[in-house]
Amino acid sequence: MNWDRINEKLSILADAAKYDVSCSSSGSKRTNKGKNLGDSSGVGICHSYTEDGRCVSLLKILLTNYCIYDCLYCVSRKSNDIKRAAFKVEEVVDLTLNFYRRNYIEGLFLSSGIFKNPDYTMERLVLVAKKLRLDYKFNGYIHLKTIPGASDELMYEAGLYADRLSVNIELPTKSGLKLLAPDKDHKTMLAPMNTIQQGIQIYKEEKKLIKSSPKFTPAGQSSQMIIGATNESDLDIVKTSTFLYKKYNLKRVYYSGYVPVLSDNKLPTLGTPVPMVRENRLYQTDWLFRFYKFKPQEIVNEFYPNLDLEIDPKLSWALRNMDYFPVDINTADYHMILRIPGVGVRSAQKIIAARKHAYLSYEQLKKIGIALNRAKYFIICKNYYFTKDFDHNRLKSEILHFSTSKYKKNFSNQLSLF
Amino acid sequence: MTYLIYDTTIEGFLTAVFEVYELKLDKVAIRKNNLEMPQLFAEIIEVRTNFDKAKRVSEKLTSILNKNGFQSLLKTLLSELESIEDDILKVIRYALECKKNILSDFGHPAVLEIKQVLKKINRERHRMNAFVRFKLANDGTYYAFIEPDFDVLPLISNHFKSRYADQNWLIYDLKRNRGIYYNQEKVEFVILEVNAKEQNQKLTINLDPSEIEFQKLWKSYFKSTNISSRKNMKLHLQHVPKRYWKYLIEKS
Repeated sequence: MNWDRINEKLSILADAAKYDVSCSSSGSKRTNKGKNLGDSSGVGICHSYTEDGRCVSLLKILLTNYCIYDCLYCVSRKSNDIKRAAFKVEEVVDLTLNFYRRNYIEGLFLSSGIFKNPDYTMERLVLVAKKLRLDYKFNGYIHLKTIPGASDELMYEAGLYADRLSVNIELPTKSGLKLLAPDKDHKTMLAPMNTIQQGIQIYKEEKKLIKSSPKFTPAGQSSQMIIGATNESDLDIVKTSTFLYKKYNLKRVYYSGYVPVLSDNKLPTLGTPVPMVRENRLYQTDWLFRFYKFKPQEIVNEFYPNLDLEIDPKLSWALRNMDYFPVDINTADYHMILRIPGVGVRSAQKIIAARKHAYLSYEQLKKIGIALNRAKYFIICKNYYFTKDFDHNRLKSEILHFSTSKYKKNFSNQLSLF
Repeated sequence: MTYLIYDTTIEGFLTAVFEVYELKLDKVAIRKNNLEMPQLFAEIIEVRTNFDKAKRVSEKLTSILNKNGFQSLLKTLLSELESIEDDILKVIRYALECKKNILSDFGHPAVLEIKQVLKKINRERHRMNAFVRFKLANDGTYYAFIEPDFDVLPLISNHFKSRYADQNWLIYDLKRNRGIYYNQEKVEFVILEVNAKEQNQKLTINLDPSEIEFQKLWKSYFKSTNISSRKNMKLHLQHVPKRYWKYLIEKS
């Protein structure tokens, strides 16, 4: 093997793939039957973390960064003058297996620039997955990016070998897509989601009748969009992701804060900071919908089209809806406890479990490990009552005053020298 | 104060619990036999491990705490904390007194302590599942050294067994000088002849010629997949504390 050449290719094609956000390796069970390689229990593992704090769970690479498209936001666009490379199918298989055997990774996340045409590209992606599953009996995790415009047959085949398939919606609005990716159109991009969803549905029906039906995308499908590249509002973004969750039953919608990669007057200027706080607030919002039973319009709507960057969306909602508070820790139902700022899903469950044994006091809550620096403004418990004698603006400034945000430095417009 | 000394096994501990009730001991502490014992004003009883007694305790507690609850309670013994037995005993006493599953009663100090220790152990186990890095030796064995905070080898054994079923592997805990070895049939505890920790430099394992190349590839990958404009070292360190770097190919 020509190790230096492989090393160079790996550097180029990992670098080009790193803006794909998903790193999930959970949600799929593949049991090692017989003496083969790999076993997925359904729990994801992050094997390492890069210096940007993101987890490394999968070998995330492009098959090639040659591309016939010229999307402005993408480093691999046709007109960009960068080093190009392409892996052979065998090389990707070999890397995946050897990394997996050393416990570096949970599996493979393979995406690609589009070379020749969508079908040609998709065929190769599917071939990698097929070889891993059939020739090497690999039970690790495989995430394939589907190529918009590829045929339904290929999509279906991909679903047979992959744990997860994803289709990038790229940008939150149609107009944004038109502006930055003139070669792509919204409809073609949504089509694969439909195909995959139908595949999953058919599989589920079959599974009910025949238990041994082959798996089809067991970890479901996900998507991602770049935020901050066009002037979309948070309401636009939430509307799009809500649509995707509802219509295609996606497992996840990922947000990727735009990293300026080229100077063009249609894009934010080079040197514009990556909108990390906004990205974080959008993920928090996503969590509120998925785990806290909030409805999208409670968080963003025509009156509040953008999320507050200073405080998290749950606190923001609470301050706008002080009528719901204070909540009685010892009597309120689970859903209302979930809505208390500072109380997460685990804490809420702990409260519900612990109050069966005792009438909970402030001290006990503290001991159990409930974060009270937020919650204390919104609760009643044994010997404790928060009197809301001030309005939400004063409460907000009080909370901000007593909390230190890890993002504080991002709010300052002044350039810090150190 | 009475000290019941047991042989560090689970059955030994359960026998000791049996004796606490049998001898109606009130001021009592159960301790591992590898610890220094206070000599003055203390009665020391060495407990002889008895499987029948252990089984009776185990059955009784399983009926109250259910299987998972009882197992998780015992799991805290792996923390190797000097007096973790005190907290376990308190929880057992509380459970027998209430005759119901009190493991969710976080208002009780011992229950809370057990929960917290358990959380730490589970985190360490998960970390080992993630941070073990195998190197391929030229005899085809994949081996890895670890120095976990707790004695988690028994907890990670099955994970690696089902995942790497078609390769020989060894995971060796240098802190406790014992390891688990899998020969494609079963997993066994092994102790290396040399004191591996002191001999680390001299402990030469002949690597497969490809090994160093794959390490290089992994390091390249790790570097290339980072987005430097999003650098966040605080978060990085939180996820990968420095004490684990030594055995992480990409960090050493």
